Amino acid sequence: MTDPMSEGSSRVNQQARVPQRSGGTPLELADDALIAAQRLSEWVARAPTLEEDVALTNIALDQLGVARLLLQSLGDEDELAYRRGDAEFRNCLLVELPFGRARGDLDFGWTVVWLLFLAAAQKLRYEAWDNEVAAKAVKESAYHLDHATQWVIRLGDGTSLSRERVQAAVEELWPYTHELTEGIRDDWLSIVEPVLKEATLVKPSHDTWRPSGGRSGRHTEHLSYVLAEMQALHRAHPGVQW
Amino acid sequence: MVTPYDVVSKVVDPELRVVTIAELGILRDVAQEGARVVVTITPTYSGCPAMDAIREDIRKALARKGFDDVAVVTKLSPAWSTDMITPAGHEALHRAGIAPPGSTACPHCDSAKTLQISRYASTPCQALRRCLGCAEPFNAVKTL
Repeated sequence: MTDPMSEGSSRVNQQARVPQRSGGTPLELADDALIAAQRLSEWVARAPTLEEDVALTNIALDQLGVARLLLQSLGDEDELAYRRGDAEFRNCLLVELPFGRARGDLDFGWTVVWLLFLAAAQKLRYEAWDNEVAAKAVKESAYHLDHATQWVIRLGDGTSLSRERVQAAVEELWPYTHELTEGIRDDWLSIVEPVLKEATLVKPSHDTWRPSGGRSGRHTEHLSYVLAEMQALHRAHPGVQW
Repeated sequence: MVTPYDVVSKVVDPELRVVTIAELGILRDVAQEGARVVVTITPTYSGCPAMDAIREDIRKALARKGFDDVAVVTKLSPAWSTDMITPAGHEALHRAGIAPPGSTACPHCDSAKTLQISRYASTPCQALRRCLGCAEPFNAVKTL
């Protein structure tokens, strides 16, 4: 299959695909934030407590805000968010996965582990990137990381049921963190490992399956479902405004 | 004579209606280029949903004073921090029952014994706390 973004694409400007010192391209960071925002929005009005509903919604809003600012700097934000096909997205696989083993799952423990892994990586990439959007986003990522850290510790070092659920999430999501942290693995581990330790959680002992492909547009089937929901309205009514 | 700055600096934040955008530190600059007024603002949080309302409020306030040619520009750098909230802004927040950034004391009874109930609240820039003295809940602006 040819990569629709590989040559002469007029949708993004030249800057979009230039690797930064932080290891990611602007388009990769934008797509990570955009898909994470869409995923997190599944929690709206469904979180275990009202406070957590507000928290996850605010984190989704922060992610969406960063995604919009980055996409605006790369081209037409609506065109990029709503008109690209799945193979044109450059997000890592982690952000497109459901919050549980199967599509439609919505496990809170799973979500906070996912957020811990993601926020730690985003914070490192934003810190290393000399960019005004990133300079703003790094403060927000630090807060997301802090929030996820507190929950992972509380649930991991909690009841047998809560521990079992977050431990399962660590094991299932760990393989995907290799793609997420390419180039920043050691720094990322130095953030995440102490949290897992304090939470009495253990990393998977075998660590050889390392799924990737998101950065070149080869995604899991889950991204297509995310995009279907995110893009349906705009595709049916191009240019529609609220 | 009313200057564009006089007008714009009095626009209140649409979510924290007790402080003006100048007191909140999100108004960066008001300049006149010929007949055109160029207003520069900065968001508190990247995804702050109030930004569209703020732009609209700035335009309306200026239009009421006869300034019809207005451009509202968003500037991200330097990134907003709660240090940019002015002393008058701190006062106004406290009077309205909102703990200003850096303070966790109860804005109702001034008790220092308060608890965080939630790290997030009704706007991206606030957290929710409860006073152990008077038992009232209150919003607190998160230090950023």
